[in-house]
Amino acid sequence: MQIKILRSETDTHQLYTLPAGEIPLLNALSYIKETQDATLTFSAGCRASVCGTCAVRVNGREELACAYKVKPGDIIEPLQYHPVLRDLKVDKHRAKETLLKSTAWLHTPQEASLTHSDEKLSERQTDCILCDSCYSACPVYAVNPDFLGPFALTRAYRYSTDKRESSTKNIIDNIQSNGVWDCTLCGECTAVCPKGIDPKMDITMLRGLSVQEGYQDPSFATQSFGTPDFGGGGFGFDPNAGF
Amino acid sequence: MIDVLIIGSGGAGLTAALAAKDAGASVAVAGKAYPTNSQTSMAQGGMNAALGNVGEDDIGSHIADTIKSAKGLCDEVMVKHMCENAPGTIAWLESLGVPFSRLDNGKSGTQTVAQRQMGGASAKRACYAQDYTGLKILHTLYDTCLKEEIDFLDEHYLLNLITEEGTVKGATFLEIRTGEVKQISARSVIIATGGYGALYHGSTTNAYGSTGDGVAAVLRAGGAVSDMEFIQFHPTALKHSSILVSESARGEGGYLVNEKGERFVDELKPRDEVARAIFGQIQEGQRVFLDVRHLGEEKLMELLPQEVELCKLHEHVDPAKELIPIQPVAHYTMGGIDVDQGLGVHGIKGCFAVGECSNAKVHGANRLGGNSLLEITVFGKLAGENATKHAADASSKPADDAQQQKDTEAVEALFAQKEIVNFYPYREKLGNLLYEKVGIVRDNAQLQDALKEVTAMQEMQKAMGIVDQSRANNQNLIEFLEFQNALLLAPTIITSAIDRDESRGAHYKVGFEQEDETHKKHTLIQWKKEATCR
Ligand SMILES: Cc1cc2nc3c(=O)[nH]c(=O)nc-3n(C[C@H](O)[C@H](O)[C@H](O)COP(=O)(O)OP(=O)(O)OC[C@H]3O[C@@H](n4cnc5c(N)ncnc54)[C@H](O)[C@@H]3O)c2cc1C
Ligand code: SF4
Ligand code: SF4
Ligand code: FES
Repeated sequence: MQIKILRSETDTHQLYTLPAGEIPLLNALSYIKETQDATLTFSAGCRASVCGTCAVRVNGREELACAYKVKPGDIIEPLQYHPVLRDLKVDKHRAKETLLKSTAWLHTPQEASLTHSDEKLSERQTDCILCDSCYSACPVYAVNPDFLGPFALTRAYRYSTDKRESSTKNIIDNIQSNGVWDCTLCGECTAVCPKGIDPKMDITMLRGLSVQEGYQDPSFATQSFGTPDFGGGGFGFDPNAGF
Repeated sequence: MIDVLIIGSGGAGLTAALAAKDAGASVAVAGKAYPTNSQTSMAQGGMNAALGNVGEDDIGSHIADTIKSAKGLCDEVMVKHMCENAPGTIAWLESLGVPFSRLDNGKSGTQTVAQRQMGGASAKRACYAQDYTGLKILHTLYDTCLKEEIDFLDEHYLLNLITEEGTVKGATFLEIRTGEVKQISARSVIIATGGYGALYHGSTTNAYGSTGDGVAAVLRAGGAVSDMEFIQFHPTALKHSSILVSESARGEGGYLVNEKGERFVDELKPRDEVARAIFGQIQEGQRVFLDVRHLGEEKLMELLPQEVELCKLHEHVDPAKELIPIQPVAHYTMGGIDVDQGLGVHGIKGCFAVGECSNAKVHGANRLGGNSLLEITVFGKLAGENATKHAADASSKPADDAQQQKDTEAVEALFAQKEIVNFYPYREKLGNLLYEKVGIVRDNAQLQDALKEVTAMQEMQKAMGIVDQSRANNQNLIEFLEFQNALLLAPTIITSAIDRDESRGAHYKVGFEQEDETHKKHTLIQWKKEATCR
């Protein structure tokens, strides 16, 4: 079986031959490195789909190398919108920056009475392994490199639904610029997530929470309806105003 | 010069960082990957704390179970400290937002945290988050570190500790991205680099990077390691991929059966006993399976969603309908860097070690499931606090760059060295050798053989080297450095096992099947610094 891997030094797809049989892509990459080409560079950790280290693109779609079974003719490339450090290894430091900007953590913890269904509220979201697949798939990055992005927003949502957070406003405030409104709701992130997380839905929910906190869609606000702008000065949309 | 340098960014390192920062220290955390890539993400089953949320439990029973499993080799003061601090640590994690699984009991705070039974525990004591316990704790700690503005130095590979007159002054790192050797000076150093289970390459549940780098660095710097022979084999790893099926599968009612469909062991016994029972079956030519079919699909998806997925992916079996083929593989290393009750490294002042890399003597000869996540958080806090205290009185005169120069030369020498023998097949050979001859059941003849083979490999190492000549992002180089550490640690495991002519916990030796009072002590190994530090 043959597969092609994009090599950064030459910027060409290099052909490698593998023994026949079903193996995870990660095993194939290790096999190549150990027996054919020690310079092939990629990242891996747990080999059990949980550390988030090994995401790559296979035939243009994001996959965890440790979970994807190689097929003849597969084309393996690094994640998009991440600086390529070498071959399949990319720089994931942006992840930390977007998490920092989203302030995805508990701001003002309080003791709460959590139930089984409260656990379910964020169970999926907290399955996130920070593999960066959704960032690689998100088309917004092609035009706006400052977008907070799917997983940071999913994580912001996860903390904002937590009953142990007594004031979600901070989180909501911090995801307005380059955040919830910049998403096109295309669903690419949801389609590629190896953990079955639905960042698109989380972003939609965050938009709802933002509206509750008095924010509105900035693209909507900039449209002129010939009336004065109520945006500032406490005239924001009030969800309790009797609608 | 920073106050506290933490090496390793798993659960132990992140907890230590938060504690040190909280105690007022300036902190930096260096790790060879990103924090969330750490092996802590892999822990599935749970974290012990005697909360008594599901049935009766108390701290005394937790202590008693831990001491019993340790088979006379734990420090009861440390065990007591760990178990007593367990409920408070769960409360701390709760306050950070760890999404534990819950009970519907109308109570609040940690009283709603669900608990399950793990092997060797006398109560339902393990707090969990479905079967993603480690992942969810690690990520919540990471989020909190971002909140607390902890300084991370990712992709920094620890080479050596810098010591002066037996006191630590910092450490040298290979910055993986640039290939440069750099030095970080610190008043205190905490090593939290994880265990050495990956030496059993191919026959381990561990992540690739659990190669014992920190343990090896301590040895080279003149510190002591202890109890290296105690390697825990997990009874249930997937047969073909060695991926773990958590003990909670048995805790929730899963059975072990052989090909004939017979049960042959009480599944809730401690790991060493269950692993040996399975190994016995395999030696008799039986295949062994885990049977969870009777739990039903819905319950499996609720309690063990990750396992169900991994079974389908790697073994092509649906656990709701089929038997899961399993085998015992290397899982956890009880031994490691020898530390005192304040987690200070034996032989190196100002240096602390915490987590799986350290031997804080809470697990003794056999660790209980759920006690490791507890250890890394309870002792992570202690390490952070003690390192901060030490930093307050430590000299702030930085070390010279002698170690950095030595290490730069050593790395240059590796680039210059011709590769005559490819080391990768030897990494695998070492793994197989350890599994077969230093495994679940040992005997002296085989251990002696293994020692000879490892010594031969060490000789052979001189003909090995790296092919990749790139300075930046050279994973070939990192893997070779890891392999060198593995080859350095392997003889410590084997000689300790040879010395222990008895059977105790995870160490079981043919011809010496009983515990022997004269061996009721820790095996300690320490080298003379001058002779060994590169
Ligand atoms: C599959 C699996 C399931 C488990 N399930 C459970 C469970 O249910 N309950 C339980 O209590 N325990 C469980 N354990 C054990 C537990 O997960 C580990 O013992 C624990 O997470 C170790 O944490 P740590 O912080 O000490 O090390 P790790 O999480 O291994 O972190 C080590 C850190 O050190 C870094 N590092 C290593 N070498 C270097 C170097 N040379 N330079 C710089 N950085 C370096 C790594 O990058 C990493 O960040 C499980 C283990 C495995 C493998
Ligand atoms: S949301 Fe999914 S795709 Fe995105 S980082 Fe998390 S696990 Fe990966
Ligand atoms: S739904 Fe939004 S976040 Fe997800 S990929 Fe599309 S634009 Fe990006
Ligand atoms: S290696 Fe950990 S997710 Fe693939």
